Amino acid sequence: MNPSRHDLIRALQAFLPDEAILADEEALRPYECDGLSAFKQLPLLVAMPETVAQVQQVMRICHQFQVPVVARGAGTGLSAGALPHSGGVLLSLAKFNRILDIDVQACTARVQPGVRNLAISQAVVPYGLFYAPDPSSQVACSIGGNVAENSGGVHCLKYGLTVHNVLKLEVITAEGELLTIGSDALDSPGYDLLALIHGSEGMLGIVVEVTVKLLPLPEAVRVLLVAFDSVEKAGQAVGDIIAAGIVPAGLEMMDNPAIRAAEDFAHAGYPTDAAAILLCEIDGGLDEVASQVARVRGVLMQSDATEVRLAVEESDRQKLWKGRKSAFPAIGRLSPDYYCMDGTIPRKALPQVLHQISELSKEFNLPVANVFHAGDGNLHPLILYDAGKPGELHRAEQLGGRILELCVKVGGTITGEHGVGVEKLDQMCVQFAPLELAQFHAIKAAFDPEGLLNPGKAVPELHRCAELGAMHVHQGQLAHPELERF
Amino acid sequence: MADIADVLAEKVRAAAAAKTPLAVQGTNSRHFLGRAVESETLSIAEHAGIIDYEPRELVITARAGTPLAEIEAALDAAGQMLAFEPPRFSAESTLGGAIASGLSGPRRAYAGAVRDFVLGCRVVNGKGEILKFGGQVMKNVAGYDVSRLMTGAYGTLGVLLDVSLKVLPKPAASLTLVREYPVDQALRRMRELAGKPWPVDASCHLDGRLYLRLSGSPEAVETAKRRLGGEVLAGDELFWQHLRDWQLPMFNERPFWRLSLPAAAPMLPLDGEWLIEWGGAQRWLKTEQEIDVVRQTVADAGGHATLIGDQAGEDVFHPLPPALLALHRQLKQAFDPANILNPGRLYPEL
Ligand SMILES: Cc1cc2nc3c(=O)[nH]c(=O)nc-3n(C[C@H](O)[C@H](O)[C@H](O)COP(=O)(O)OP(=O)(O)OC[C@H]3O[C@@H](n4cnc5c(N)ncnc54)[C@H](O)[C@@H]3O)c2cc1C
Repeated sequence: MNPSRHDLIRALQAFLPDEAILADEEALRPYECDGLSAFKQLPLLVAMPETVAQVQQVMRICHQFQVPVVARGAGTGLSAGALPHSGGVLLSLAKFNRILDIDVQACTARVQPGVRNLAISQAVVPYGLFYAPDPSSQVACSIGGNVAENSGGVHCLKYGLTVHNVLKLEVITAEGELLTIGSDALDSPGYDLLALIHGSEGMLGIVVEVTVKLLPLPEAVRVLLVAFDSVEKAGQAVGDIIAAGIVPAGLEMMDNPAIRAAEDFAHAGYPTDAAAILLCEIDGGLDEVASQVARVRGVLMQSDATEVRLAVEESDRQKLWKGRKSAFPAIGRLSPDYYCMDGTIPRKALPQVLHQISELSKEFNLPVANVFHAGDGNLHPLILYDAGKPGELHRAEQLGGRILELCVKVGGTITGEHGVGVEKLDQMCVQFAPLELAQFHAIKAAFDPEGLLNPGKAVPELHRCAELGAMHVHQGQLAHPELERF
Repeated sequence: MADIADVLAEKVRAAAAAKTPLAVQGTNSRHFLGRAVESETLSIAEHAGIIDYEPRELVITARAGTPLAEIEAALDAAGQMLAFEPPRFSAESTLGGAIASGLSGPRRAYAGAVRDFVLGCRVVNGKGEILKFGGQVMKNVAGYDVSRLMTGAYGTLGVLLDVSLKVLPKPAASLTLVREYPVDQALRRMRELAGKPWPVDASCHLDGRLYLRLSGSPEAVETAKRRLGGEVLAGDELFWQHLRDWQLPMFNERPFWRLSLPAAAPMLPLDGEWLIEWGGAQRWLKTEQEIDVVRQTVADAGGHATLIGDQAGEDVFHPLPPALLALHRQLKQAFDPANILNPGRLYPEL
């Protein structure tokens, strides 16, 4: 059924105020893409409910009209997961921006899905607590989006991803039913649906409330900046630190293009002649930190580092991190456009993969800068290109695809934290066999039999992979140039 | 010590075709957990062996029939551990059983549960298809998180073949402080400690005494010991091992209850013998009280109750609300349409 847009608006107006329904093209424009602007699409309309009951009603109406629904948090996603559906409702959770409850005894906070990630930690600092997962986008991204992507951050090496730090969710199904998933206890009876919802990219339900776990702020935090004259040596040192039995709070790496861009932008005091730097953060009790810093230094002494610098003062530490956290925008200044990849590999493959990425960069004639979560083996190669030049975006996408396939080849994965969205549908065909993809579709159908939630994302249709397989056979000679192939 | 995945898959395919239910089994050391399954046995015990372990990667991959003891010995030799401390009910207790039952030990509230350490798995679903999910890397959001879904599913969604787990370095030093505490005060004390960055990695209240295990660098443990006070428990490793493996006297006689509660929940009005751990979030109870009374009291406090014992027909696990049960059935259907994998082990409807 293709209901008229008019009928749908009428039905929504029955319970939503006029300003909560956007339908003019001009008003829809800001919603046409998320953080990956290579994909753009206007939705049929945007709904901005502000109560759980309203979300339920939106879902019921859309179910009745058989209209797709795409949830949107802050729209910072990097895989086009929140890309609107041309015939569907874009459900914005922006108005769900309240922290509902902070329970200091239990070390938990109950928040609405539109609350910004950083706002949680800021609200609980007075109690000596924090919310651990800290994506670089934390000033902007929403906790609902974090759940949907199972986002990580600089500190997830020690503190885990979103899935490790959430206790309970309120979720609304495609049919408008409200489910409580997880609990205020540490586990719940039955299947681990809580884990299943994490990283499900808005395909299984709409998250309308999140109970997060809070951790005590560490007594002491120190950052070591370590410089190397080769990327491979830096990669090796990452493995050495972990092998020494140390789990740093964060272990980040930047290569020379990234170092120079970040230094220009943030004046963090990075050595701009280094081939690579590591930022190694150690936190915990004062004594624990002192002893671990000494051990890390010991490891690094043997690792050919050209410089080891310890930031003790909080302001020095903040400066070092400022460079890292602003690395994306800093690199953005180097080039009209950049494309951020997100594969994870076994740590031991770091030196080899970094080398191969630089070879690919030459092959495609596009510069690549690397800023990434080295401790987890989570790469973020940034491909620099100019969308204004014909063919460059396509070349960047091809290079990106090759990098992801390389990740799969060394035993890794095509996405560590940014999700599949629309962007990596083709690479899903590389990572998973048809039977596995069919199992994913069956899971989706168990939650959403009519396929109304964020259709076309995260898991490719089997025929797409079949066609892609055929494409590979034809060695890049596209069989159906009219089909979209992002 | 072999890969018999194809044999297992073939058996599942045959069973699915004949609609014969299968009781999936390692060494059956966990037979008293969950509901009884009346059916033919599918033994995975021979599908055993460590496939890959590189201490530098902090990851181990092993076949489901591998004894936990073998895995822990390999880790121990490299100074590493399974941080979630799965209970071992016999020397042969397998990895598959530990993952399928989803139980974690004393460190759970401080380091995470089994599911938090599962990185990937290979399974046979109810159609006899061999499928691989997740992987051997720390971060992976490609596809739905089937590996964690399998954890604690009691084999009702798939037969676990291989599992990859994140492992952690063992703490350099560890000791246990004991102090007399009435239960209410002990509960409060556990919460106070949880909100502060103490190096506590296990807590337990038993017979009027609060046990706190401190772990970390020797300096950190020493400082915390001085500042927290209390007596140092001699032979503490054995104490935690007994707690972990359900060998303390209170576990001797089944049935007993495992209560999972909001950590800050007060003492519940249920008579019996109590043992509290996980900073208040896991409580064990031996009581004469009616099943319904226990369940209702625990549910009112925001938790759930599991009955541990060999009670064939009983409702072992906390009942699910109708909407969630319906979703569970649809998921079961998605993995095991012929309903042959451990039918009824978790709930009669699954
Ligand atoms: C500069 C920059 C740096 C970044 N750094 C990191 C990083 O370090 N680590 C990291 O993991 N990510 C990072 N990201 C990616 C992004 O910020 C995260 O994926 C984030 O979690 C997205 O949140 P959002 O609120 O913007 O979600 P959106 O982009 O609005 O949506 C993302 C997905 O979640 C779904 N969704 C959103 N809200 C809900 C809900 N309430 N219920 C159900 N589904 C929902 C959407 O449908 C979509 O599929 C970065 C992005 C940028 C732009």
